[in-house]
Amino acid sequence: MPEDWQAGGFGLYIHWPFCQSKCPYCDFNSHVAARVDQAAWGEALVSELRRYAALLPGRTLNSIFFGGGTPSLMDPQVVAALIDAARAGWPTANTLEVTLEANPTSVEAGRFRGYREAGVNRISMGIQALNDRDLKALGRLHSVEEALRAHDVARGIFDRVSFDLIYARQGQSMEDWRAELTRALDLSPDHLSLYQLTIEPGTAFGDRHARGLLKGLPDEDLGADLYDVTQELCAAAGLPAYEVSNHARPGAESLHNLVYWHYGDYVGIGPGAHGRITLDGQRWATSTERQPGNWLHGTRAGTPAETREPLLPADQAVEYLMMGLRLAEGVSISRFHRLGETPLDPVVLERLTADGLIAIEGDTLSTTPKGRPLLNAILRELLTA
Amino acid sequence: MTKLSLIRNFSIVAHIDHGKSTLADRLIQLTGTVAERDMKEQLLDSMDIERERGITIKANTVRIEYPAKDGNTYVLNLIDTPGHVDFAYEVSRSMRAVEGSLLVVDATQGVEAQTLANVYTAIDADHEIVPVLNKIDLPAAEPERVKEQIEDVIGIDASEAIEISAKTGLGIPDVLEAIVKRLPQPKEGDPDKPLKAMLVDSKYDPYLGVVVIVRIIDGVLKKGQRIRMMKTGGLYEVDKVGVYRPAMTDVEELGPGEIGFLTAQIKQVRDTRVGDTITTEKKGTDTALPGFKPSIPVVFCGLFPVDANDFEDMRDAIEKLALNDASFTFEMETSAALGFGFRCGFLGLLHLEVIRDRIEREYNIDLITTAPSVVYHIHMRDGEMRELHNPADMPDLTYVDHIEEPRIKATILVPDEYLGDVLKLCQDRRGIQLDLTYAGSRAMAVYDLPLNEVVFDFYDRLKSVTKGYASFDYQMIGYREDRLVKMSVLVNDEPVDALSMMVHADRAEGRGRAMCEKLKELIPRHMFKIPIQAAIGGRVIARETLSAMRKDVTAKCYGGDATRKRKLLDKQKAGKKKMRQFGKVEIPQQAFINALKMDG
Ligand SMILES: Nc1nc2c(ncn2[C@@H]2O[C@H](COP(=O)(O)OP(=O)(O)OP(=O)(O)O)[C@@H](O)[C@H]2O)c(=O)[nH]1
Ligand SMILES: C[S@@+](CC[C@H](N)C(=O)[O-])C[C@H]1O[C@@H](n2cnc3c(N)ncnc32)[C@H](O)[C@@H]1O
Ligand code: SF4
Ligand SMILES: [Mg+2]
Repeated sequence: MPEDWQAGGFGLYIHWPFCQSKCPYCDFNSHVAARVDQAAWGEALVSELRRYAALLPGRTLNSIFFGGGTPSLMDPQVVAALIDAARAGWPTANTLEVTLEANPTSVEAGRFRGYREAGVNRISMGIQALNDRDLKALGRLHSVEEALRAHDVARGIFDRVSFDLIYARQGQSMEDWRAELTRALDLSPDHLSLYQLTIEPGTAFGDRHARGLLKGLPDEDLGADLYDVTQELCAAAGLPAYEVSNHARPGAESLHNLVYWHYGDYVGIGPGAHGRITLDGQRWATSTERQPGNWLHGTRAGTPAETREPLLPADQAVEYLMMGLRLAEGVSISRFHRLGETPLDPVVLERLTADGLIAIEGDTLSTTPKGRPLLNAILRELLTA
Repeated sequence: MTKLSLIRNFSIVAHIDHGKSTLADRLIQLTGTVAERDMKEQLLDSMDIERERGITIKANTVRIEYPAKDGNTYVLNLIDTPGHVDFAYEVSRSMRAVEGSLLVVDATQGVEAQTLANVYTAIDADHEIVPVLNKIDLPAAEPERVKEQIEDVIGIDASEAIEISAKTGLGIPDVLEAIVKRLPQPKEGDPDKPLKAMLVDSKYDPYLGVVVIVRIIDGVLKKGQRIRMMKTGGLYEVDKVGVYRPAMTDVEELGPGEIGFLTAQIKQVRDTRVGDTITTEKKGTDTALPGFKPSIPVVFCGLFPVDANDFEDMRDAIEKLALNDASFTFEMETSAALGFGFRCGFLGLLHLEVIRDRIEREYNIDLITTAPSVVYHIHMRDGEMRELHNPADMPDLTYVDHIEEPRIKATILVPDEYLGDVLKLCQDRRGIQLDLTYAGSRAMAVYDLPLNEVVFDFYDRLKSVTKGYASFDYQMIGYREDRLVKMSVLVNDEPVDALSMMVHADRAEGRGRAMCEKLKELIPRHMFKIPIQAAIGGRVIARETLSAMRKDVTAKCYGGDATRKRKLLDKQKAGKKKMRQFGKVEIPQQAFINALKMDG
């Protein structure tokens, strides 16, 4: 019998923890460093990659993702060395997707060609807003004009370019967002990530919010309206949501992220990177030292700090459900049962179906468009009954 | 045995937070009773809850020795008392055991309601009173003005009030001298007469069992003696005799005028009665002391375990707490919505909160607290009178002739500028003004109020309308008939008995509306809409609708978020335990108590 992860594929995530400046809403493991020794970082990341390749030999790699932080600050040579090492370490699928997250400044756009030559074939740009005032409020270093220029450059070099926007910002009205999203769709992207601003604890916004100083955030009803209009405009433009916050022209979905949502295996390297790997039939959750300095030091000294936690069957089932139900396509009920051995409560399923929040068709359980924005509540019902 | 002339017994009394326990610290410290390294702030407040909230709940006795300027070394027995009105009973019975009081007044706050109440109790107990002005280290202290106030409002001589800072230690030697010079020695006391001792208090100690605090009037108390409790008739053999310094320290014997403790294999605090007279089994005295009125619970509420499986643990917890607190009563209760639990009686809301906190924390049981209620007298048509502790037990109205509710006399002291708001608050709570007098820039309002309008949030409201400048004290004055009805609450068309309450007919609609609005805020949105109604009998008097939840989804969830998100779901599972299911609706336990708090 095939191992469970094979239903989701196999991906590689590489974390670059540095940024030009720290955005006030961001809780990613990203740091501002005066100087980064690119060669040393490159070597350390390659050595980590090789360590995992030795651990998981023979897997067909579906995707590589450079995330951050700001990977568009990486030297193209470092990116090239990592892609080469990955190709040397694993057989790769014909459809191998190699994505790099880029911040849309002119400096970074200057490196795009180098990334393409290194083997990157997809760019995900953090444009975040198409409005200079909001870009400032979000602490971004680029202007709308600069972002659009970088976007043009990327479109000239790569076949696949996606970008991110954050909405439900302070003071953003329905009309504001409608106009902004329309403008974004006019750029005819084939993939868009549209995130509602989340106030994360431990960030500058989180602190301000806790002290009651973050004004003008939309309430639940406006948030829901903004979400609804997002669905409506994107669907009309031919980019339906294939996941809660991700929209694509059918066929242009991000393969890498699908590995997560299909609950495949993925290797995470770099500081604070997480992974899910199956070794001898047991699935493990891996995570690495978060602090970049410590990570580099340990890795170079040959003692990389990694924690590896075995995932119980019940944990795996929960993870599969909470990742998989994010997708419009839903999850396989039989796979869920195989993973966790505890069936879903038929009474709860029936109630949620009657309320129009979920749909069951054959072996597939999915959220309805009405249910998807209530996914957390649905998961609580399904998993805590 | 100490000569009577060398004994001084006194209580330290004051309004809440005026610095009693801090003053006790300094007295203990300056007399070297406790080693410097063992000192800590409010040393006598030893319960966790006391330390956490920074207030005294149980009175504490300490014996200190003071070499006075006159060359004699005196034995001083001090009793530090609580300041909060819920525990006023502790103060009055402490005063019965001593001859004098240090009346502490915060020089930045002046005379407050409990200051007054304490003075009256002290006068009743025939006490010599030494006024002490505390916190004069603070720039806002106004000792002269406060002295005037003491003379005007209380009517006692303040010319010899001692100005101190219990914090810095300033003036403490003067307090010690005043104690020996101005407070009287114990009045009577003959070591050769039969033993006569007052049972001042008792507490449960996990190692020693019940420890009884005694004040010896006549005779001598010794280890090995067979004693008799005159009122309860209990017979015991004394195991241990000692004093608090403040650690329990054994002594050979206690003689007239002395205060200390005994242990005697007594099982439960309930087996002892505060105010009882202790004598020897044989050849004892036959004149018992007058005794004290027992404290009676005035606020009742239901406590239910959130997890029904915790019921037995909860019974255990409640029984253990009751061992040490005879003023707290309980009986089993069943509720349609909440299952098995206990109907508990308390001295007031703070007392309720303290007990609930202790059960939750010390025994790790999550509780649901139902709407607090007072005891109503239901007069039936057949002439029978029933005590109603729980609105859910309200008998069929066709058999009810009339209902009486408990009333209190409330004394409120407030700066002039807030008087209007205070009078309005009392009016709103169906108060009848009994008296209104002025002293300087402060007013004293005395009201006759229904206790049920006060138990819940009167004190909070009073504090908020007066920015904390008002103080409040009350005593029960009896029962009076009024037009009272039972209001029930329906959530998603299901009655929630734990939220039903007795209200005055004229106020039912307002209360009902406020309750529905409050519940609408307190119940989280569900995936469907929920009607919330208040009703009297079958008549709906207020209604709100909680709209359905529209959005609850994590925006970003990638490979790095899986672990965190799964753990969050686990936490939510635990959070769900803090909710109770009523039909399809989950109500957080906080809602049961917060729903009763009124904003206006
Ligand atoms: N500045 C100053 N603060 C004081 C002084 N005496 C007490 N305090 C502070 O006042 C607060 C209350 O003091 P406590 O000694 O706990 O008061 P209490 O009267 O025993 O309070 P209850 O037992 O709750 O009625 C504490 O924060 C003390 O530190 C003083 O002389 N000066
Ligand atoms: C790894 S992050 C950032 C990549 C890149 N450094 C950037 O900022 O453009 C990926 C995306 O998450 C989104 N994001 C980050 N923090 C967010 C938050 N607090 N709320 C909503 N979206 C957020 C942003 O759209 C961002 O582009
Ligand atoms: S949002 Fe992107 S650029 Fe901003 S701090 Fe986070 S990772 Fe860096
Ligand atoms: Mg105290």
